[in-house]
Amino acid sequence: MQFQTFSSPHTDRPNSVDKVMLQVILALLPGVLAMTWYFGPGVLINIVIATLSAVAFEALVLKLRKRPVMPTLHDLSAVVTAILFAIAVPPLLPWWLTVIGMAFAIIMVKQLYGGLGYNPFNPAMAAYVLLLISWPIPMTSWLPPAVLSTNPLDFMQIVSAIFTGSPPTGLEWDAITMATPLDGMRTNLDQGQMISEISQSPVWGDFGGLGWEWVGNWFLMGGLWLIYKRTITWHIPLAFFAGLTGLAMITFLFDPESYPFALFHVFSGGAILGAFFIATDPVTACTTRKGQLIYGVAIGMLVYIIRTWGGYPDAVAFAVLLLNMAAPTIDYYTRPQVFGHGDNHG
Amino acid sequence: MSNSGLGRIIKDGLWGSNQALVALLGLCPLLAVTNTAINGLGLGIATTAVLVASNGTVSLIRNLVRSEVRLPVFVLVIASFVTAIELSMNAYFHELHKILGIFIPLIVTNCAIIGRAEAFASKNNLLRSLVDGLSVGVGFTLVLVTLGGMRELIGQGTLFDQAHLMFGAAAEGMSLSLGSDFQGMLLAILPPGAFIGLGLIIAIKNLIDKRLAQTTETKPEAIESGAEAGAS
Repeated sequence: MQFQTFSSPHTDRPNSVDKVMLQVILALLPGVLAMTWYFGPGVLINIVIATLSAVAFEALVLKLRKRPVMPTLHDLSAVVTAILFAIAVPPLLPWWLTVIGMAFAIIMVKQLYGGLGYNPFNPAMAAYVLLLISWPIPMTSWLPPAVLSTNPLDFMQIVSAIFTGSPPTGLEWDAITMATPLDGMRTNLDQGQMISEISQSPVWGDFGGLGWEWVGNWFLMGGLWLIYKRTITWHIPLAFFAGLTGLAMITFLFDPESYPFALFHVFSGGAILGAFFIATDPVTACTTRKGQLIYGVAIGMLVYIIRTWGGYPDAVAFAVLLLNMAAPTIDYYTRPQVFGHGDNHG
Repeated sequence: MSNSGLGRIIKDGLWGSNQALVALLGLCPLLAVTNTAINGLGLGIATTAVLVASNGTVSLIRNLVRSEVRLPVFVLVIASFVTAIELSMNAYFHELHKILGIFIPLIVTNCAIIGRAEAFASKNNLLRSLVDGLSVGVGFTLVLVTLGGMRELIGQGTLFDQAHLMFGAAAEGMSLSLGSDFQGMLLAILPPGAFIGLGLIIAIKNLIDKRLAQTTETKPEAIESGAEAGAS
């Protein structure tokens, strides 16, 4: 048996893109399974459609750009974009909307700017916003969690709803879809109800919507694992939650009957997914430590502001895109000082 | 001699230095009103009329106006024509005028018009200035109609909708529709759609230019070899 010796340094290989992307996919798994448990196999079908179309568009553009196809497909970045997009959209989204979203994400947002590493905006979130602005009704028709559903759909009904774009026979869209907890809370508050009244409804769990908070929990597990594996650092998620809960606590203490408790905002909508998996995208986020803290706090605060006073029920995608735009400027002003170049001591 | 090169002026105005695609002038009306092809056509024709009239006038007075005050004079000339055109549109195309609204008076501020007055008409004779105004205007209109048609088709699934606003009741058959159950992409009609659409059109123009440059590079060789073959 031969023992090969290598010269120093004896460290592990640095993280490659393939490895990072694979870890992100693994970390998403528990949350994806929880979503499937609560919202049915439509989640998985969306992931399959999105992944297939993302990989196909990536291959197509790389061919047009006369770049090698296989190395880029192999790095799994298109797959991560596809999964993040597919779990952000409603489980019964018609298939052609998923395909349009992926075409926009991969062709316009990613490859036209030069491919992985050059895109200023998060492709999955840009595609989500494109669809939300263009087709608001299918993009906000969520299924209720399975435990609450009065008309549970079987697998074939879900497949047919996704591929034909029409509800199962004998049912109306209104009978099988429900507003998300964030949307419901907003609508009820706008109608002048108190939070103590609203929370009587069976759709609420301990902090957020029933089912939703558990999905959030499992994404939290995955996110903490990513921090443990040092794939991401704690700066952006922690700053995100600080910004979100900070503003939420102030308004909650000011008027607890009109502004929900801070943890409601953490466990509702895309907050946890956004904090660990979307805002931390290494390409589009800030790179300096101080910049990452500013970036995270700003996203968290924007999420709260848009959710509470803006025009849309959830805001993670908008907040992330706005801060993507600001990231280069934040980086510019937070660059660490080079040793020996300070001007405050002679 | 001074009237030679009219073909060159036309080619530049329509394609080579197209005000919307190459100079990127007049973007404000270009992006704001092109949500349908007919709106684009209406504003394009109004802009073309102003361009021809202002280019002609500026060319006629170019030797009478001192260079220190030329810009205010040009603006006055342009503003007078815009007012005249706005009033006549209000009279003859009242509905279209209502849709285009503020963007008709805003033709005054269209940089493409004062740009042509300053860069071309103030240095050239009447005929050349008129030809330049017409070709630049038509080039601008073509982009407006293309972008408007693109956004209309993707955004609401129609083409030349409301054509009767412009051409009277006889033109109602011009309107095309992809059917009432077409779920359009709202983004195309909203402002971001204008920016993305213009970017795509510019990319396509640059691609065509690149292809043309490649073929003209290879052409001389082909002619030479052809000539040799003929000689032998």
